[in-house]
Amino acid sequence: MGDNKNSKISFLSGNEAVAQGAYEEGLCFAASYPGTPASEILEYLSRFPEVNSQWSVNEKVAFEVALASAIAGRRSLYASKHVGLNVAMDPLMTSAYMGINAGFLVVSCDDPGIHSSQNEQDNRLLAKFAQIPLIEPASPKEARDFVGEAFKVSESFDTPVMLRMTTRVAHTKENMSIGKRKEPVIKEFSNVIEKYVMVPRNAYRRHINLLERMERLKSFSEKTSLNRVEYQDKRIGFITSGVSYLYAKEAYPEASFLKLGFSFPFPQQKARMFASQVKEVYVIEELEPFLEEELRIAGIKCKAKHSSYRIGELRPEDIPQIVKGKKKKEVVAPTRRPVMCAGCGHRAVFSVLKKLRLIVTGDIGCYTLGALPPLTSLHSCLCMGSGITFFEGFRKVLGKNVVGVIGDSTFVHSGIPALINLSYNKTNGVVIILDNNTTAMTGGQPHPATGVNIKGELAWKLILEEICKACGADNVDVVNPHEVKLFREILERRLDAEALSVIIARAPCRAIKREKNNPPIYLKDKCKKCFVCLELGCPALNKNEDGFIILDTNLCVGCNLCVEFCKFGALVKS
Amino acid sequence: MKTTQQKNDTLNIVFGGIGGQGVLLASEVCAWAAIYEGYHVKKSEVHGMAQRGGSVESHLRFGKLVWSPLVPTGKADYLVCFHSEEHDRLKPFLKKGGTDLLPALDEARRLLINPRYLNVFVLGVLSRSLPFRENNWVKAIKMVLSKRLFAENLEIFLKARRVER
Repeated sequence: MGDNKNSKISFLSGNEAVAQGAYEEGLCFAASYPGTPASEILEYLSRFPEVNSQWSVNEKVAFEVALASAIAGRRSLYASKHVGLNVAMDPLMTSAYMGINAGFLVVSCDDPGIHSSQNEQDNRLLAKFAQIPLIEPASPKEARDFVGEAFKVSESFDTPVMLRMTTRVAHTKENMSIGKRKEPVIKEFSNVIEKYVMVPRNAYRRHINLLERMERLKSFSEKTSLNRVEYQDKRIGFITSGVSYLYAKEAYPEASFLKLGFSFPFPQQKARMFASQVKEVYVIEELEPFLEEELRIAGIKCKAKHSSYRIGELRPEDIPQIVKGKKKKEVVAPTRRPVMCAGCGHRAVFSVLKKLRLIVTGDIGCYTLGALPPLTSLHSCLCMGSGITFFEGFRKVLGKNVVGVIGDSTFVHSGIPALINLSYNKTNGVVIILDNNTTAMTGGQPHPATGVNIKGELAWKLILEEICKACGADNVDVVNPHEVKLFREILERRLDAEALSVIIARAPCRAIKREKNNPPIYLKDKCKKCFVCLELGCPALNKNEDGFIILDTNLCVGCNLCVEFCKFGALVKS
Repeated sequence: MKTTQQKNDTLNIVFGGIGGQGVLLASEVCAWAAIYEGYHVKKSEVHGMAQRGGSVESHLRFGKLVWSPLVPTGKADYLVCFHSEEHDRLKPFLKKGGTDLLPALDEARRLLINPRYLNVFVLGVLSRSLPFRENNWVKAIKMVLSKRLFAENLEIFLKARRVER
């Protein structure tokens, strides 16, 4: 694992390091659906021609293809953000019964602190729930090194392995040496119906097999060097894992540590031994009391964080406070809110929805920003696909005043079955697909409706209007949302109809297609300072010190949406 | 340039600004200069929604051995902000006696530096007090910036590095 002097120095994020490590270990197949903080794993892997990598339509699909590739005999990897793994829970749970063949890694990038997610669940609990080994790197360097160990564990115990990262591991960069690819492991596929066909009788036997495997993994956990004891000053002993180890080490470099890299199944004996050697045992961990519970099960007395630390990220300066048994001082620093880009098509759609005072069910993506002031015109957002499913529930109770919005990538991910559900259950009304031809929020990854794959090659292109018709939509309109009047006219007509209508509001993402038109001209003498233009929340329009408007011509891309909204002709097309 | 920094201390820099200002690019160049100088380097940032004009914050630490990827509050040797609101938010990171690079923004404005090059200019000012050799800065800029942008950015960087205060 040491850094070889002949190898190349690289500066890699934890995500890139996982990918690099997996590549070096002979990874052959990788699948994912983009999501922060996990997206860079597949992006990095896609550079290697030896790795068959793919953006899949959603996490369940990604998990299953990658698992199958492992069962078929090649080292494979699935990666997603924490909530992404929820989508793949169904195959995850049973994959532990089936086992694998060649190594299979489930990389989960959790988001403590909810930097860009809808919750902050702790996926270590999912590893325990599914009864699969849990490996937790603390840093990018460890992430690279642990991948090789994880593959070995996966293959020697015939089990999927969870490699659990958090934002501060995934998005920290560290300098490290990188090496060459090893010869990939090639395993024969063996046709064992009892193992790979999970009908009740086989599954029951495999459940017995799973628990036997857990016993063997428990012994392994006691022995593996991934669980490391560092004795120094024995007055304080910390038991910790992941990035929390680094925070504790920073705060108490002289203390003793049980540093867990293989945290489930938990090494009870090792922990008991450690606890007997130090005066006080402290558990340091982010989010849920996962290690704390394992210690209590093992009957080890320990001091744990105040429950207020179950919320949010840990920071290095929190550690002395935790040791003192203090509550978390919750200081939520006001940060600047992200906004839709200047010229974004979503803004045009929301400005119309706001004018019509509609109830809007939303989804996961840039357009979730429509809930923020000044637009405040998105009224629900649960998870991927919920723009359509919430539309159905709301519409059936609240009537015609409701529309659903969903992005193009999200529609492919979870929207298609939701749309079929609408037509099958005779729901009328309007669903708007906000089609910007990319997965914008996570950095612009392609998907089937873009007609490009992860390697940048042309691929089969899903035609959204055709699939909507096939799913049972009575009307499908394609509109440029910047043609505000036309868009509004069609929307009003469809809202009145006793039919299921999909409007595809199509305008390319501004973060990707950067072409500019001339900015409009601001005629100050015509401005009545009504500030209707500011209600659009465009970053290029601001109130000036003199009480009038100032148009930032660097940011403006000339979409002319503000021109449409200015009643007094103070903003005119140039 | 003389260095006063011992090689076994961790040096902490917090970079801040808003999406689109080149915060991450500046911290990346600085990180590479530290790597070429032979340090262990960690840099932590949060990607995602920040790219839509929201707050961007990047923590850079280097030394003989770096533990935490985050700079603890009150422990930053340097605070490098490209936006005054973000500066107010990140100020608690700066340690007593630490260097605040905010005046470099005024310096840039005085010299009529195009906002596009603000990050590289401030980096040039920062470079006056960091223990890295100039050739390593140049290598770092070459590493991070595209060929097309290298020359103009290097020029701004050196201009800022060599201005006498």
